[in-house]
Amino acid sequence: MSQSNRIAGGQIDRSRTFRFTFDGTAYTGHPGDTLASALLSNGVRLMGRSFKYHRPRGPLSAGSEEPNALVQLRSGARQEPNTRATVAELFDGLTATSQNAWPSLRFDAMAINDRLNTFFTAGFYYKTFMWPASFWEKVYEPIIRRAAGLGALTREEDPDEYDKGFLHCDLLVIGAGPAGLSAALTAGRAGARVILADEDFRMGGRLNAETHEVGGMAGADWAAASVAELATMPNVRLMARTTIVGAFDHGIYGAVERVSDHLAVPEKGKPRQTLWRIYSRRAILAGGATERPIAFENNDRPGIMLAGALRAYANRWGVAVGDRVAIFTNNDDGLRSATDLRAKGVDVVAVIDARADGPLLPGIRHVKGGEVVDAQGRLGLTSITVRDASGRTDNLRVTALGVSGGWNPNVNISSHHRSRPVWDEGIRSFIPGADVPAGQSAAGAAAGVLSTHGALATGQAQAIAALEGLGITAKAGSLPEAEDAPVSITPKWYVSGGKGRAWIDPQNDVTVKDVKLAHQENFTSVEHLKRYTTLGMATDQGKTGNVLGLAVMAGLTGRTIPETGTTIYRPPYTPVAMGTLAGRSRGKEFKPFRLTPSHKWAEEQGAVFVEVGMWLRAQWLPKPGESHWRESVDREVLAARKSVGICDVTTLGKIDIQGTDAGAFLDRVYCNTFSTLAVGKCRYGLMLREDGMVFDDGTTARMGEHEYVMTTTIANAVTVFRHLEYCRQVLWPDMDVQLISTTEAWAQFSVAGPNARKLLEKIVDQDISDAAFSYMGAGEITVGGLRARLFRISFSGELAYEIAVPTRYGDAMIRALVAAGQEFDAVVYGTEALGVMRVEKGHVAGNELNGQSSALNMGLGKMVSKKKDSIGMVLSQREGMNDPDGYRIVGVKPVDPAGKLTAGSHFLEIGAAAEIANDGGWLTSKVYSPHLGCDIALGYLKGGDQKIGKRMRAVNLLVKPATETEVEIVSPHFFDPEGERLRG
Amino acid sequence: MIINHPILGPRDAQEFVYLGDAALMGRPDGMTAGIEEFHDWLYNRDNPAGEHRELWYHEQGDRSWLVVTRNTVTHEILKVELARDVARAMGRAK
Repeated sequence: MSQSNRIAGGQIDRSRTFRFTFDGTAYTGHPGDTLASALLSNGVRLMGRSFKYHRPRGPLSAGSEEPNALVQLRSGARQEPNTRATVAELFDGLTATSQNAWPSLRFDAMAINDRLNTFFTAGFYYKTFMWPASFWEKVYEPIIRRAAGLGALTREEDPDEYDKGFLHCDLLVIGAGPAGLSAALTAGRAGARVILADEDFRMGGRLNAETHEVGGMAGADWAAASVAELATMPNVRLMARTTIVGAFDHGIYGAVERVSDHLAVPEKGKPRQTLWRIYSRRAILAGGATERPIAFENNDRPGIMLAGALRAYANRWGVAVGDRVAIFTNNDDGLRSATDLRAKGVDVVAVIDARADGPLLPGIRHVKGGEVVDAQGRLGLTSITVRDASGRTDNLRVTALGVSGGWNPNVNISSHHRSRPVWDEGIRSFIPGADVPAGQSAAGAAAGVLSTHGALATGQAQAIAALEGLGITAKAGSLPEAEDAPVSITPKWYVSGGKGRAWIDPQNDVTVKDVKLAHQENFTSVEHLKRYTTLGMATDQGKTGNVLGLAVMAGLTGRTIPETGTTIYRPPYTPVAMGTLAGRSRGKEFKPFRLTPSHKWAEEQGAVFVEVGMWLRAQWLPKPGESHWRESVDREVLAARKSVGICDVTTLGKIDIQGTDAGAFLDRVYCNTFSTLAVGKCRYGLMLREDGMVFDDGTTARMGEHEYVMTTTIANAVTVFRHLEYCRQVLWPDMDVQLISTTEAWAQFSVAGPNARKLLEKIVDQDISDAAFSYMGAGEITVGGLRARLFRISFSGELAYEIAVPTRYGDAMIRALVAAGQEFDAVVYGTEALGVMRVEKGHVAGNELNGQSSALNMGLGKMVSKKKDSIGMVLSQREGMNDPDGYRIVGVKPVDPAGKLTAGSHFLEIGAAAEIANDGGWLTSKVYSPHLGCDIALGYLKGGDQKIGKRMRAVNLLVKPATETEVEIVSPHFFDPEGERLRG
Repeated sequence: MIINHPILGPRDAQEFVYLGDAALMGRPDGMTAGIEEFHDWLYNRDNPAGEHRELWYHEQGDRSWLVVTRNTVTHEILKVELARDVARAMGRAK
């Protein structure tokens, strides 16, 4: 059975043959085919199963509106679920499988749902899964989740790349049918910068699917010639395989270009798809129209499709969907399918025209005023039941039926800014309404102008009007001659009287019965109808079914369709893969790392790295023979406290603050005072938010009369800088203060431990004795003649300095420090050891600066000066934030030194039940202290400052079984509480 | 969205950080205003459907704070000013 249904003609390249498989069976097709056209050419009509009832389905359409023929494309890591076979471009070696069917497409066990259809009506979930409430999470939801959805993901990583890009143009033309081509030609010839985008791989729109002549040549040839002319214009960008997915604010459109979807594997260096952001000054929506079906019993049989699709398969792809064909129509356009198919030699058995007065095609049997009332053939259409005007029924043997209920303009993108489409009585459908996105207009079928001449004329006129608004003069050229048939349609929405189900929205299995039920239960507004029945809520957004559903509801309520109203559309126009939205922001590229100046050196040492904010920092640096991280960390801590340790602290935020008001400015942004700080000194600063909670902390040094250097936490470096700019520009605009971020300008190293000074004395050029450079001193120095900054500050509690050199000398500096430290057995330590030492000293860090803690909570309440205005000062005085029994920072030690602590554990009184009423607070940071030989932690404890010495329990309910440890509440200053070491 | 920066011209909204209602510019003086006044200023704000003056920060640009007048229904941007100029016009100084 090789392409048994292939007939003459079409825009396929018969000189080349592609091999492909569907559900394991091998077939052939040609370049220019879609998967659907190729399968149909091989006589395959059954391509999928429906969502709810698992009804056998074949393609309804020949385009992106397809609700039925959803397949899984490719295999392995490239497998792509829910791909519409009608737009999947065929390539050699393509493999596709059916989905939502088990064990096979022809026999699907879940089709039992179809027999049980009376249970699965509109509102099924709302009614069925209500009771008992406890069943929802454990029983109903897992069942629904397993049954729902169509295709499956492979759970393998997508091997392809996705890209993002930006484009600018005067005029974006959406759709390259006759209207779009006419608009693009008009604007292109006028010299405007034009982007012409079309979702199809072949531009031309319906001209490729019709037998119309344009300018005395075949429509498809005119389209090809127009595209060729546009291709010669340097001001025009042609984007085939590109779907405009959404209209966003201020003329911005989203577009997905399927760069490589038509290839088995993308070419080297090429992305699979590109997400474009198009900045347009004007846009013309020329997206054409979508045919709608007429609902009748069993109208979802494979082989029943839109009449326009039936002739598209014949004209464009040289495929006769069936050997015996009938047409069911309520308008003249449906008759074209009969004409075209007969011209292709297909046996047109009958035209069933719902109109009593429709024109007759010579030589074809017409059933005037007739209806198709039923269809037979579960896995593929075998016959239809036809009723004539007198009520007599007849059974016709056909393998394909084309249905036309009229055409709906593709108004989707016009309504992305909530513009409501309006009813057009002439074409019996909705056209774009008022308040469409600024700068957008519609042309051709999208505007409700359905003839080819009308498309060409409105395309040209809209282009001229759009460019006029931009001051570009475009000439009205003579339009090529084209058909200009008026629309002749008599409304016919569904065939009444049947007992069975007639599908409106085949993808979500919404039938006429469901709309009736919604009406019966008073869900009559369009928004309720949509949500109660799920009409139009599938991946096709109801492109074929929505208007039909509204019309049925209008009929039931006795209102007109405009009175009934319509829902609107949201982006994306067609489904967009998550990978396309992510682009290159995945894996390690999701957020690029910043590397510290000592990174290369640390890598050479075999350091283990950790993500800290935007940075990658050394977490610990294992020595040969160390097999557990704790061995390395304990060694680093002990060595630093015994002699000296070196740590890269470049990652802390650094902001240079200069100006005659710099001191006054710092007084406003810190809750403590900085204007009184002596030049050449540092001070710890605490920064609040206006609500009184702690925002950030750090040391700030006064380098000169009007010059300070602020440090921030790593996490808040960006937000503190933003906040300072806000204070400077918005709150106090006349303060003379200038800011610049110097975080990346200086490589900064902490040198901490009893031998810190001795080590530094070997490399700095100045006298840094305690007399010359006392505790909390700061100043400019030189290192071998190189400018540097020195700060005598300590996070570890040791005699410590931070030395900064311009970043490009950072690598040299770490090597110099390590070399100078050799005689002292200096150690380089990572963030873990840093954390151990700061907890031992009771310094707060990220876990305590959690955005919900006040200065008082941190034991720093006295730092908030009331003598001056500062951010957060007033609201930090609120009653609730000054509860004497509120959270206070405490130290925690297990009573048994072998006891284990876990950060996040909660404080409970001895004997109190583990429930929220007895919750006393929680452990924020926990480390193992090699000095104390046990776990230690910091925590927030209610009334903690009054509970020093008390015994409590630290309970962790997040692990099963829950753990608990008896603890002693202690001062948070575990190590050297008097601070003698750092002044040494 | 595109914000027409008074100095740099039209820039994509992605370059900016949004803060909120420009009423935040009217910060009371902490030495004279009490908790009530601060509370009202910090927490109570209008949420209009229509014209709204709001603060945006050109973080991926020149670090200007801007006052953007935007229609919250249509997203039309009616006016863009340097926040510093607006603050001075309001009488804010040091």
